[in-house]
Amino acid sequence: MTARVLGVVRGSTLLRSLAIVVVAGVVLILVTNSVSSYRNLQIAYGAYYFCVLAGLTVLAGASGQISLGQGAFMAVGAYAFAKLNAAPLAWSVFPSLVGAVAAAVLIGIPVGVAASRLRGPYLAGATLAFAVGLPALADKFQTFLGGENGLVVNPPTAPSWLGANFSLERWEAWVACAGALVVVFVLYNLIHSAVGRSWRAVRDDEIAASLAGLRVGRRQALAFTISAGCAGLGGGLLAAVTQLASPGAFPLQLSLTLLAGVVIGGLGSLFGALWGAILLVLLPNWTTDLANSFSLSGNVSHNLPIAIYGLVLVGAMLVWPSGIQGGLRAIAHGVGPAIRSRRGPPASAPPAPEDTDAAKDEEVKASQP
Amino acid sequence: MLTIELLTTDYGPVRAVDGVSFEVPESSVTAVLGANGAGKTSLLRTITGLVRPSAGTVKLAGEDITRLPVEEIVRRGMAHVPEGRGVIAELTVAENLRLGGLWRGREAAPLSEIYELFPRLEERSGQPASRLSGGERQMLSIGRALVGRPRALLLDEPSLGLAPVLVAQIMAMVRRLADTLGLAVLLVEQNARSALSIANRGVVLNLGRVVAEQDPDKLIADDRLLHAYLGF
Amino acid sequence: MTKFIDLTLNGISTGAIYAAVALALVLIWRSTRIVNFAQGSMLMFTTFIASAVISSGGSYVLGFVVALASGFVLGAVVERVIVRPVEGAPPLNPVILTLGLYTLIVAIAGMIWGNTPRSFPAAFSLRGYKVGGTTLLFTPNDTFIVLIVIAVAVGLAFLFRATSLGLRMRGAAFAPEVARLLGVRVGRMLTLGWALAATVGSLAGVLVAPSVFLGPNSFDPILIIGFVAAVLGGLDSPPGAVVGGLVLGLATSYVSGYEGASLVPLAALAILVIVLMIRPTGLFSATKERRV
Repeated sequence: MTARVLGVVRGSTLLRSLAIVVVAGVVLILVTNSVSSYRNLQIAYGAYYFCVLAGLTVLAGASGQISLGQGAFMAVGAYAFAKLNAAPLAWSVFPSLVGAVAAAVLIGIPVGVAASRLRGPYLAGATLAFAVGLPALADKFQTFLGGENGLVVNPPTAPSWLGANFSLERWEAWVACAGALVVVFVLYNLIHSAVGRSWRAVRDDEIAASLAGLRVGRRQALAFTISAGCAGLGGGLLAAVTQLASPGAFPLQLSLTLLAGVVIGGLGSLFGALWGAILLVLLPNWTTDLANSFSLSGNVSHNLPIAIYGLVLVGAMLVWPSGIQGGLRAIAHGVGPAIRSRRGPPASAPPAPEDTDAAKDEEVKASQP
Repeated sequence: MLTIELLTTDYGPVRAVDGVSFEVPESSVTAVLGANGAGKTSLLRTITGLVRPSAGTVKLAGEDITRLPVEEIVRRGMAHVPEGRGVIAELTVAENLRLGGLWRGREAAPLSEIYELFPRLEERSGQPASRLSGGERQMLSIGRALVGRPRALLLDEPSLGLAPVLVAQIMAMVRRLADTLGLAVLLVEQNARSALSIANRGVVLNLGRVVAEQDPDKLIADDRLLHAYLGF
Repeated sequence: MTKFIDLTLNGISTGAIYAAVALALVLIWRSTRIVNFAQGSMLMFTTFIASAVISSGGSYVLGFVVALASGFVLGAVVERVIVRPVEGAPPLNPVILTLGLYTLIVAIAGMIWGNTPRSFPAAFSLRGYKVGGTTLLFTPNDTFIVLIVIAVAVGLAFLFRATSLGLRMRGAAFAPEVARLLGVRVGRMLTLGWALAATVGSLAGVLVAPSVFLGPNSFDPILIIGFVAAVLGGLDSPPGAVVGGLVLGLATSYVSGYEGASLVPLAALAILVIVLMIRPTGLFSATKERRV
C-alpha cells in the first residue's frame, strides 16, 4: 500500500512538491516551537533570504542568466509592503505580502523584457546600475518614500486563535516560512515542468534552442520576472520582520552578497538556496565571534563577512563552480565534480539538472515552441 | 631539419595521432595526405605546440621542442600557416606582415622582400586584411610566415577554398621557397595531386597512423592506395 | 544661464574622469574580452595607498606616482593570478569572478583603513576661475584633470597605433592563437594590458578622490557610470571610451543639477538601456557584434 502511494507521489511533480512542503512545514512548526526567540528571528531572516536566493538561483542556474538587481526588487517589495500595511490602507500581513509580490512582478516585467535581450557582462552591468539606482529614488521622493530614514512598519500581530502567549518572533518566523514554502512549491513545479526544461535548453545552448523553435527572449523574460517576484516577496518579508523599509537596507553590497549565497549553494538548485540562506544568516555571527576570540579590530570583524563572500565568489569560479550542492551531488553519484563544458576549459558549466530531466531536455530541444 | 618520432596525440579517449614518425629535410617539401579526419591537422597542431602530445618527440635542427610553448617553438624558426589562413582581419596587410617578424627583431625580412614575392600585397598594404580575397589571404599568410625568416614552414591545407589556378600558383610558390630559401616544408593537404606534384616525399595518414611513406611518383602510380585513403 | 555653463564645465571635468575609467575598462575588454567589474575597487585601493603615503609625510607627487605604480602592479598580479584561469570560460564566470574580486577588495580596504570616508588632496587649486565678475564652477584642478586625461588617451593611441609593442598587444587581443603562431608572447601581452588598464584606472581614482571623499564604497557610482560610458562608446573602442565618458559626464551633470543627485544612477541606467536596445556595440564600434 505504501509502495503504491510512494509510487504515485514520485511520479507526480505536483504531489511531490506538496509532500515536500507539508513535511517541511511540520518540521518548521516543531522547530520554531522549541527554540528561543532569537533563533526564531534568525529562522525568519533565513526564510526571507531563501525566497530571494531561490528566485535568483533558478534564474542563474536554470536559465543561465545573472541578475545583480535582486536587491532593488527586494526594495520594491519592502516599500510596497510598508505602504500597503500602513495607514490609510492598513492591509493585514498576507494581503500586503501579495501586494509586495505584485509590485515586484509589475516592475519585473519590463525589466525582464529588457534584460532578456542582454547577455553576460551587459546584463550584469545593467542590473548593477538598477540595484544602485532604484533605492536612490527614496531620496528623491522624500515624503512619499520616507527619504533616508525609510518607512516604519508595524509589527505583524499573530491571529488570536494561536493564543495570547504566541511570541512575536515565532509568528514572524511562521509568516516568513510560509512565504518560503510557497516559493518552494511554485519553483519546484516550474523547474520540473516543460517551462523549466525549456529554460535549461536555453541555458545549455541558446542557438540550438532558438533553432528548435523556442522563443528564447520570452523564456528568459519569464524567468527574470519570476525571480523578481521571489525577491519582492523576500523584501516584503524583510519589511515585516525588521519593521522597516529604508534605502540603507538595500545597498549594492546586498545584491553581491545574494550572488555569493547562490554561488556557494550551487547555481540552479533549490537546496543550494537553502544552504546559502543559512550561511547568510549565520556568517555574520560566526565572524563576530571569531573576531572577538582573536581580539581583531572592529574594522576587521565588520568587513570579514564581506571578505568571505568575495572569496566565495572568486574561489568558486577558480576551484569549485558547482558549490556545496553540486559537491554533494557529485559525491552521491560518485563522479568527479563539475560538468566539462564542451567549449574547452573544464569546470565552468553550472551543475546539470536531475537525471530524469536531462532526457526530457533533449525532447524539448527537439519539439517545443 | 624537422624530425618527428612516434608522435601520439589524444583528445580524451580519441587517439588522433598514433605513433607517427617521419623526417623533413632542408630544401624539401614533404606532403602529408589523407582523407578528412585522418589526423593531418591534429598532427600539425601537435608539431607546432598548440596541442600537447601524449608521447613522442619533435626535433627541430636536433633540438627537442616537444614540450615547448607555441611562441617559443615559433621563435626557434618554425612557422605555421594555419588552416583557414589565420589572417588577422582587424589589422592591415602591412601590420599583419610586420607582426610576423617582430620576434626576430632586426634580422626579420624587410617587407620589401615579401612584396617582391607577392606584388599584389604591396598594392593592398594599407588596407585591412578583411578586404582580401581568399587567394590574397593565402599569400598574406605565407608572406607573414616568411618575415621571421623561418627554417621550417608548416602549411595546413593551403588549397582550401581556392580556385585551381590559384592552387597551382601557390604550390609553385611553395616549391620555389623550399628551393631558394632552403626551407624544410611540411605540407598538409587534402588535394593530393597538387601536393604530390611539388613534393619530395609523400606521407599518407589514416586514422592517425602512417600507412604509406613514398616517393610521390610511386604514390601517384599506386591506384589502390590512392583510392583507399585519398578518395580518387 | 550661468547654471547651464557651470553644469557644462562640471560635466567636462567629471567626463574626463569617466573617460579614464571607461578607457581602463576598454583596455581590459580589448585584451581579454572581460568586463572588469573590480575596476572601481582596484582604483579605490590604489588611491588609499596614495592617501597613506601622503598622510605619512610624502608629497602629493610621490603619492600620485605610487598610486599609478601600485595600479600597474595590481593589474598585472590580478590578471596573472586570478583572471588567467577564467579567460576563455563561458562569459558568466569572469563576471562572477570580477564581482567577487570587487567585493573582496572593498572588504580588505575596509579592514585596513576603516569604513569612514576621509579627504584626499587635490593637485591644484580648487577655487574656480574668475571670469568677469562671476566665479565659474571650473577650477585649475579641473584643467589639470582634462589635460592629463587627454594626454593619456593620446599616449595610448600612439602606443597602439605606432609602436611594435602596441601591434603585438593588438594582435594578441584580436587573434590570440594566431598571434602565438607568430611568436607573440600572448600571455605577457594580456598581463601588460591589464597592468596598463589598472594604471589608467588609478589615475582616475586619484583625480576624482578630492571630490567624493575616499571610502571603500565611495567609488561605486563611478564604476557604474564608467561602464555605461564604455558601452556607449563601444567596448572595443578607446576613442569611443573618451567620447562616452564626456557624454556621461555632461548628462550626469545636467541631471544632478536640474533634478538632484539621487537620480544620477538611474539616468545612467536609462542611457545604458537605450544604447543596448538601439546600438548594442556602441557608437564607435566597427565590428558587428555576434548575436549569440
